[in-house]
Amino acid sequence: MGRFGRDDRSRRPAGEPLPAGPDAPVLTASGLGKRFGDRTAFRDVTFAIARGEIFGFLGPNGAGKTTTVRTLGTLIAPTAGSATVAGLPLTPANGPDIRRRIAIMPESPGLYPRLSVRENLACFAELYDTPEPAGRIDRALRSVHLADRAADPCGALSKGLRQRVALARALLSDPEILFLDEPTSGLDPVAAHDVHELIAELSRGGVSIFLTTHRLAEAERLCDRVAILNTTLRTIGTPAELRDQLFARTLAVETQAALDDPDRVFAGLPGVDHWRRTGPCGYALAVSDPVLAAPAVTRALVADGADVLSIGEARHSLEDVYLELIA
Amino acid sequence: MSPAGRRVRAVVAKELRDFRRNRALLASMAVVPAVFCVQPLVTVFTLDPSVSTALGQQHVLLYMLGIPAVVPSFIAAYAVVGERQQGTLEPVLTTPISGGELLLGKALGALLPALLVAYGVYGFFLGCVRLFADPAVAAAVIRLPDVLAQLVFTPLLAGWSIWVAIMISTRSSDIRVAQQFAMLASLPSLAVTTLAAFGAVPASAAVGGLAVVLLLGLNRLGWRLATAAFDRERLITGTRG
Repeated sequence: MGRFGRDDRSRRPAGEPLPAGPDAPVLTASGLGKRFGDRTAFRDVTFAIARGEIFGFLGPNGAGKTTTVRTLGTLIAPTAGSATVAGLPLTPANGPDIRRRIAIMPESPGLYPRLSVRENLACFAELYDTPEPAGRIDRALRSVHLADRAADPCGALSKGLRQRVALARALLSDPEILFLDEPTSGLDPVAAHDVHELIAELSRGGVSIFLTTHRLAEAERLCDRVAILNTTLRTIGTPAELRDQLFARTLAVETQAALDDPDRVFAGLPGVDHWRRTGPCGYALAVSDPVLAAPAVTRALVADGADVLSIGEARHSLEDVYLELIA
Repeated sequence: MSPAGRRVRAVVAKELRDFRRNRALLASMAVVPAVFCVQPLVTVFTLDPSVSTALGQQHVLLYMLGIPAVVPSFIAAYAVVGERQQGTLEPVLTTPISGGELLLGKALGALLPALLVAYGVYGFFLGCVRLFADPAVAAAVIRLPDVLAQLVFTPLLAGWSIWVAIMISTRSSDIRVAQQFAMLASLPSLAVTTLAAFGAVPASAAVGGLAVVLLLGLNRLGWRLATAAFDRERLITGTRG
């Protein structure tokens, strides 16, 4: 991936608290909500995003994710709460200035099918009043590996390639915040990997990424923090924080043969709260600190004459967290 | 050029590129002028030179001003609802462009091809009359006031048709319905030119001047009304903002 991003900012390490003062968050929402008549799209949404942060926004269909993005992108007006986007209060009067500082890649690429890739990008470069548009378009196309397809009509491209053109379009304006709505939808694994690399590169360059996705593995891999929305915000934090909030930490133990009396082996070990069988020779031990408990558990198993095949911390995935909160 | 001007220019350039490659639109733009051109040519070529003075120019006025009243409505009716159905409206609205700028770009993008067609057909008609019609008929048809009226009223009538069609387009959810309503909405303009053609409205300089002022006002009003009718939230979500 080619270098693409805002050079004057540095990435915030994952999990670090949001800074204050001059490095204030680039996006804040406080009690934000949107109603369409009697129907609530989302409500009481409060969060902040730091510069260079990759913020995952997860939730089931109809949870209000896209409406939140459209609200923060000034396409629709909130009915409750307040927000600042790229340092500007979210008001109708600030709409054009906010849109100048952000970019939104909608779920549907929305390209002009009869225009070439370059013509599509040229139109948007001018709408954003991009300086040196030709060079900027070339960089954007190189970033998504489409330089050799610049003259092709967008209507002739596959869905995946159109998605990459839409991503290139979002890069034209050198945004402070990039809203990506399902950016890897329809992409093959290699193309999706390229997009992940580009997102990470942008983040390292100081661009804040607001990533809406259904791909939980993608969110877990890419995002510094995630929020799970289902009309209201259900939780927010780093993937590790969310796992720790919802699940007890677990040691997974596998032996060659079933233990004669597991209760006798595991009971009373320091840091082990309780245990359960996960298979004929498998055991899950709820522990307060796996680093403290693992050596004691190993010694107890060896003392009991067990042949230990593996012992390690069982990691709950973001999918487990999501299902626990949403399902 | 100001940033707003550059944004309008970007929309116009996009529209013209898009139209050039849209065969269905080009075909629909060609049919009406062809029909509107054939009838007056037949009339002129079959006209007895002795009655040419009484009949010639008014029929030409009727048909030739019908072209700018009808042709741009095809294009302009597509302007907003077409982008909406194609899924390209939302990305455009995420840019700094304002509703007024977008609609002005759309209107100019419809006006330029409409002028090209209207003036082109009128030029073709005058050329045919000059070259092939009886000299007495040609002298009756090709008169400076008529040519001036055609030149002045063509963009004004086209502009009004465009703004009406764009207003319909911003409020419609189906391209074909928008085009049909826009076509209906262009009929009052045709009615006025018909009244002028048949002498119900005297074709004097004073009336012409009044009509110019009226059409200029209507064009300005049309831009304002269309901009007011342009509701981003409703266009994106289908729900009133």
